[in-house]
Amino acid sequence: MGVEICVEGLTKSFGHQVIWQDVSLTLPAGEVSVMLGPSGTGKSVFLKTLVGLLKPERGSITIQGRDITKLREHDLYEVRKLFGVLFQDGALFGSMNLYDNIAFPLREHTRKSESEIRRIVLEKMDMVGLIGAEGKLPGEISGGMRKRAGLARALVLDPEIILFDEPDSGLDPVRVAYLNQLIVDLNAQIDATFLIVTHDIASARQVPDNIGLLFRRELVMFGPREELLTSNEPVVRQFLNGRMQGPIGMAEEKDAAQVEQELAALGDSDGKGTQTPGSQALTPRLLPGPGIPRPPRWEAIARREAALHRTTVASA
Amino acid sequence: MSLSPIGALRHSGSLFAMALDVIRTIPRRPFQAREFIQQAWFIASVTILPTALVSIPFGAVIALQIGSLTRQLGAQSFSGAASVLAVLREASPIVTALLIAGAGGTAICADLGARKIRDEIDAMQVLGIDPIHRLVVPRVLASMLVAVLLNGLVSVVGVAGGYFFNVVLQNGTPGAYLASFTTLAQLSDLWAAEIKALVFGAIAAIVASYKGLTAKGGPKGVGDAVNQSVVITFMLLFVTNFVMTAVYFQVVPQRG
Repeated sequence: MGVEICVEGLTKSFGHQVIWQDVSLTLPAGEVSVMLGPSGTGKSVFLKTLVGLLKPERGSITIQGRDITKLREHDLYEVRKLFGVLFQDGALFGSMNLYDNIAFPLREHTRKSESEIRRIVLEKMDMVGLIGAEGKLPGEISGGMRKRAGLARALVLDPEIILFDEPDSGLDPVRVAYLNQLIVDLNAQIDATFLIVTHDIASARQVPDNIGLLFRRELVMFGPREELLTSNEPVVRQFLNGRMQGPIGMAEEKDAAQVEQELAALGDSDGKGTQTPGSQALTPRLLPGPGIPRPPRWEAIARREAALHRTTVASA
Repeated sequence: MSLSPIGALRHSGSLFAMALDVIRTIPRRPFQAREFIQQAWFIASVTILPTALVSIPFGAVIALQIGSLTRQLGAQSFSGAASVLAVLREASPIVTALLIAGAGGTAICADLGARKIRDEIDAMQVLGIDPIHRLVVPRVLASMLVAVLLNGLVSVVGVAGGYFFNVVLQNGTPGAYLASFTTLAQLSDLWAAEIKALVFGAIAAIVASYKGLTAKGGPKGVGDAVNQSVVITFMLLFVTNFVMTAVYFQVVPQRG
């Protein structure tokens, strides 16, 4: 049914370098959240901290009443069974073919018979559209296929929480669109809590329920999609619009005076500009495909979307 | 590896911590038999041939040195005794150590390092599988087994090589060489050498695994890790060898 993740005052640093500090947010159970941020703001570090691969300096991560940061290694392995993680390049085991890769967690953790494993593996491979590639080695297939295979492996133990580390990096726009659709379909089917780490704005606008933005070693904002897409916060606006004018510079950040100047030139400093906030901001949400049975949550979202964009989804 | 003293201390600390983890994890079930057999076979296959090829000239060098030394001292009848002793006690554990670290250890380190930088190790941990239990323990045990067997191989090949060079090339008397075999050497020498090999195999595999699992910074990081693992293993092995030899002489009474 999905599990809530509650992050409280989380701080991580490597040596003297603070990656981010005082990050507090709650990933609601069963919803899709996206964590955005410019390159190098520690988004992947955040993911790895959530699964306990890295220990934060301060703060807590509570899942099912247990604080991940304080668990012993042995208990951590138990909690991790709730997670499915899709790593950047799929992180498939190079010495095994796709079938064995996807069957690996089942063989390690369950006492299922080979025929039952075969049924589950083929079902998940069908879900991500990899039927026919069972015998291929990870080195022989494209990056997109590796990602989908990694996703199938993450799904095989029926996780409650699925984390995606830049699912769109290194993929062409068409494949990104397919992958986004797949993520939405999956959420409708298995109801797990999703967290997607990315810097792809198009995906962030279409896919999630909630958006968070990491910048300058802090969580600038975390909240429902509509709230961030219509926000007047300069960093959020700059990032979601993918433009150069604003606080985010090529090398991390700019000085305040320059930012003021640029925003003034753009005419929307403090959001009181010519553009009305939200006029172009609310992209229609991606909905589960036609063949996917929609749970009540998605029914509600679909109705809300239909009301918002009557013209675009008239046929739905 | 950082050059600051604190960095070095931290690395030694975590290396030692991992060694303890390995020891603690060895009894945990289910034992990864398949991985163990695969690794043992793999390590044996990369080390057997170079070991044999190294131990022949090694035995020969010892035979030549001892042959000429005993002639100078007028103790030709002891040349067999001395060369067996040298091969059994020192040459074979050292040759085993060099090859286990140089051929087996580098292969382990490169393999684990490549997996680490491809996020495979992280993926494994997230899937709820302890890489120490699943990957490191079978490798350490395999390396120990192969080291013990290799030590036997080196002893046989080294002694045979010594015999060949002493008898055929230096015109020693076969009878005297064979007859003096056991005047100085005793069975406990063989046991001591095997125990040394066992420890060397464990150290080489643990250092290689540690370096592999902590590799970072892309393909170059794996290269660096392999390089460091060989250097660290060699240093540790020679120090351990010295300590174990010193202890051996204190504990086991010598002949003659």
